Amino acid sequence: MKSNLKVALLGNPNTGKSTLFNLLTGLNQKIGNFAGVTVDKKSGFCKLPDGQTAEIIDLPGTYSLYPKSADEGIVLEILTYKDNPSFPDLIIVVLDATNLKRNLLLYTQIADLQIPVIIALNMIDLADKSSIKIDINVLAKRLNVPIVALAARKNIGITEIKKAILHRSTIALQNPTIAVESIAPELIAKIGLELKIKNPYIALHTVHQHHNLKHLNKSQHLLIEDVKKQYHFHAQKAQAAETIARYNYINDVLADTVKYPAIALEENISNKIDHLLTHKVWGLVIFLAILSAIFQSIFSWASYPMQLIENAFVGLESISHSYLPKGALTNLLVDGVLAGLSGVFVFIPQIALLFAFIAVLEDTGYMARVTFMMDKLMRKVGLNGKSVVPLIGGLACAVPSIMSTRTIENWKNRIITIMVTPLVSCSARLPIYTLLIALVVPNKYVLGIINLQGLVLMAMYVLSMLMAIVVAWVMKKIIRSREQGYFIMELPVYRMPRWHNVGITMYESVKSFVTQAGKVIIAIAIILWVLASYGPGNTFNTIDNKYHSLAFKNIGVDEINKQKAAEKLEHSYAGVLGKSIEPAIKPLGFDWKIGIALITSFAAREVFVGTMATLYSVDGDDTKTEPVRHKMAQARNAQTGQLVFTTATAFSLMIFYAFAMQCMSTMAVVYRETKNIKWPIIQFVYMLLLAYGCSFLVYQVLK
Amino acid sequence: MKLSQLKIGQTGIIKEFTDLAMSVKLMEMGCLPGEQIKLNRVAPLGCPIAVSVAGYQLSLRKREAATIELF
Repeated sequence: MKSNLKVALLGNPNTGKSTLFNLLTGLNQKIGNFAGVTVDKKSGFCKLPDGQTAEIIDLPGTYSLYPKSADEGIVLEILTYKDNPSFPDLIIVVLDATNLKRNLLLYTQIADLQIPVIIALNMIDLADKSSIKIDINVLAKRLNVPIVALAARKNIGITEIKKAILHRSTIALQNPTIAVESIAPELIAKIGLELKIKNPYIALHTVHQHHNLKHLNKSQHLLIEDVKKQYHFHAQKAQAAETIARYNYINDVLADTVKYPAIALEENISNKIDHLLTHKVWGLVIFLAILSAIFQSIFSWASYPMQLIENAFVGLESISHSYLPKGALTNLLVDGVLAGLSGVFVFIPQIALLFAFIAVLEDTGYMARVTFMMDKLMRKVGLNGKSVVPLIGGLACAVPSIMSTRTIENWKNRIITIMVTPLVSCSARLPIYTLLIALVVPNKYVLGIINLQGLVLMAMYVLSMLMAIVVAWVMKKIIRSREQGYFIMELPVYRMPRWHNVGITMYESVKSFVTQAGKVIIAIAIILWVLASYGPGNTFNTIDNKYHSLAFKNIGVDEINKQKAAEKLEHSYAGVLGKSIEPAIKPLGFDWKIGIALITSFAAREVFVGTMATLYSVDGDDTKTEPVRHKMAQARNAQTGQLVFTTATAFSLMIFYAFAMQCMSTMAVVYRETKNIKWPIIQFVYMLLLAYGCSFLVYQVLK
Repeated sequence: MKLSQLKIGQTGIIKEFTDLAMSVKLMEMGCLPGEQIKLNRVAPLGCPIAVSVAGYQLSLRKREAATIELF
């Protein structure tokens, strides 16, 4: 879709900005990058009443144009530079009607940028309920801005906002708010003259944050530094003076337009819930209970659709084998692509559920309370209360979680959070755990209600969290930083989750998983199939000849085929590769086949199950298709005749997958977020050493 | 008296800030001289604290609260 009209959505966090975004754009969303920076650009298209389309850009939530964290910086970059490809024709400022005063601070800053503005006064229903009386007409007149009252959660006011976009003014008509020039008159005049910036507020921000503005060149940076010195510009003092002036203006505006009741009603209900949920004892008990409930439900609820998907693929594979002509292409399609695909699709239920649970925790406001409760503990190990969100998000996927660390203002806290987040067991490890646990842990019940397999699974997750904490503590001792962290955070009132938003989150996460991870997995599945089906030189011919001559002796055809396939696999490229690392992984209890899986899953853990599926489909009977679990359970070491997957090996393997960095996407995102190749390398090495050491211990003890 | 010295349920009026860098962040969040501020609760481990200010609930660490001087 194309559009010539760009509309930016801006507002404080928790104002319902994303709800409005979702309502305006529906599923017409795409996540891309803002030019030149790593911050995700969320945009979508909206049909206006006259049939034209507007591109809606969702900017990161912020309390002011002075950025405190990495992703807030993008807002100023876009809004102060007309040639930025995302520079909007119109800004919709979303304000929370129940908290107008603090919300208006951002509005007054934006108003002074002199870009056309519309105010979306959201949560008007809650303001009514709390008896906050806002005279919208008078307020609109005072500010000289169109104001649309909204109750986005109830879908009220969406048509009106679309109309307002349609009838927008093409020039900024809003009243100026404060006398910006008076903050630093000579400095603003000088910068305006030198850099040709007409708007005094943009000139002031340019001085303030020039090191964050990528469109400036080196001589301009130097010039700004000189001017700063010349006029003794003290950034913090200027910002403090500006903030106080803005609040004076806001108080003045609000004095005759808004009437507050004695006590805010909703805050009180929220207060009562908080009393329980952040209670000294009950708060922590409830938090743990919620976490374990999430795991139990993921394990039990997801197993049905997963079984269905598994069966569907088994069926598809056997149909393909019986109807497609025999040959290399069919084998590639069935044993390579289909087997790889089933490894991707089988994840979908678990990923969807996990993302849904996390979305609900965020949406209700509970996640902010977890942050509040955990801050002190997290601080002790070099993290921040806000690290809890990426750590819990890490249960789903490290990639978005590492991106969410941008809200952590302190550099050291953020780096440590990024470094330990991949240790948290993500959903890609879940199928590996599930598969290996099903192999070696009996499906029994302890105390009548607790499933033993579920318990072991939970233990793996707890272990991964503990390891993240321990490693964070070690890094806190190693990484030096003088910058002090802080924790100033809004605790939003509790709300019911918006199911529409949760649904969209689920849909988006599954979509990006299938398309992004899927591509890698299928590519690797195909490469792997080739590696497993062909060997160096003419070894395969030799094997064929050897079994051909055997065929005349008194051995069953099935038996011969099986042995032939096994020997072929062993001498294939994959086999050679696996064998070459066998000496290194033998102390961990792994054979060369597991070695192949280790190599292939260094790109992505998801590949493990698919690799096993491919390896055990190649090795064995073409006509019999059964779930990979059964094949693995029967796998025996060719020399010793013992089972490959003993308890010791299975646990050692699980530990290895728990701690090793086997995800290209994570490493790419760590590089993107830290902008230094050093960090992903350190992370890869320390995690590999940790995984090797722990697996070694586990295998040697259990063996 | 400092904000960090309030008891749960107690209210004070913000007088001034003792740390310029912190004051800029706090003022953006609505903590302004003259605003009424109330200590709602303390986190299970003793820090941070949650206060009501400017019509919403804000959490901050004790060290940060110690930079807010009350009347």
